Amino acid sequence: MAERLLPTPSHTIGPFYGHALPFPGGAEVAPQGHSDAITLHGYVFDGAGTPIPDALLDFWQAAPDGSLRGAPGSMRRDPSTGGFVGRNGVDFTGYGRVPTDADGHYALHTLPPGNTGLPYISVCVFARGLTHHLFTRAYLADGADPLLDSLPAERRATLIAAEGTNRTYRFDIRLQGEGETVFLEFQ
Amino acid sequence: MALTQSDIDIEIKDLQDTYDKAVAGGAPVLNHPGRDYAPYRSSLLRHPKQPLVAVSGGDPEAVELSGPVFGVTDITEHDSDLTLQHRGEPIGERMTVSGRLLDRDGRPVRGQLVEIWQANAAGRYAHLREQHPAPHDPNFTGVGRTLTDDQGRYSFTTIKPGPYPWGNHTNAWRPAHIHFSVFGTAFTQRLVTQMYFPSDPLFRYDPILRSVTDEAARNRLIAAYDHDLSRPEFSMGYAWDIVLDGPSATWIEEGR
Repeated sequence: MAERLLPTPSHTIGPFYGHALPFPGGAEVAPQGHSDAITLHGYVFDGAGTPIPDALLDFWQAAPDGSLRGAPGSMRRDPSTGGFVGRNGVDFTGYGRVPTDADGHYALHTLPPGNTGLPYISVCVFARGLTHHLFTRAYLADGADPLLDSLPAERRATLIAAEGTNRTYRFDIRLQGEGETVFLEFQ
Repeated sequence: MALTQSDIDIEIKDLQDTYDKAVAGGAPVLNHPGRDYAPYRSSLLRHPKQPLVAVSGGDPEAVELSGPVFGVTDITEHDSDLTLQHRGEPIGERMTVSGRLLDRDGRPVRGQLVEIWQANAAGRYAHLREQHPAPHDPNFTGVGRTLTDDQGRYSFTTIKPGPYPWGNHTNAWRPAHIHFSVFGTAFTQRLVTQMYFPSDPLFRYDPILRSVTDEAARNRLIAAYDHDLSRPEFSMGYAWDIVLDGPSATWIEEGR
């Protein structure tokens, strides 16, 4: 095998990404008016339990049919004006991006993932102070799963979203301290 | 009492010495910053204290083996020229920044979305929470995006950003930098990073850059001035390649 290149180091996203990375409709992964749509939402907290207003979350998931192919068009642009056009309202791209609001809250409107095994949505967390992004998973159900089963009960619970009313799922992310979310390293 | 630059300098030096000594003693080289780099004060309450949990590459169903895709409708042609996004010419040193997006085996990562954002020539972001009293430039917002081509190449035309002060400690100034976000072919290849400019006198004082304790890794964040990329009567050229981590290549080779 050829000599491997050395990777470009990670750096913090900083606090001032807000005029660049969030895009209108970033949270609207489910096609408009879809009757199966669910909402995944929650807060992002730091080690003092303070909500983080400058976090950015990337979401990635399987389509309802289990496909992982994704689709382009999450952030469509208008070639004549350069303005943002947004998703086409029909295709499911599998990708969402949501900044936390001033209260540290986020909400993602999407379709239930149809991956093999327990359904989950993959989350990538960025924020000022994070020198390297963090991966986690929001499981929408509890049950047998190789990752969940490898964790002690208390830690396992941090990966399972709590089902609420109106097809909502509450998934808080704690970067540090009591109830610290399980973060993942892919090998 | 507010921390001074020299307080931070001492912390940076201690952590640098500790790292250099460890590597000299046989410890592995660290290509990425530590998560709890104390001189960068914002990291203190925001790094997990529990070890990360390994997800084995043996799980072929892992959603993270694939990643988002972007196409031509996700960008427009002038998204990659930050000097054309307003009616007038932005103030500052116009430059072309170009390079290749590669995986660790040197293969081009094609058709990938590259997003950038940056301060203007005076060192001010187009962000309301940024209160550095330097002027906004009505002809420069500092946001760009493009897709890599068949060789994995990206190219932006923009304005060289200025250094700017930030609140980490008294007299904290960030070296000029451009933020980059790239996706890769798997969710696990995701990278957010920053590109710097050669010979910036602020390098040694900056806890964010110094959080990458390996000097060679740090140097990989610094673009090279490339005269062949300079355009006559128009712009300065800087070359910067980005190499993505991530186990996806290995996983695919192992039978996906």
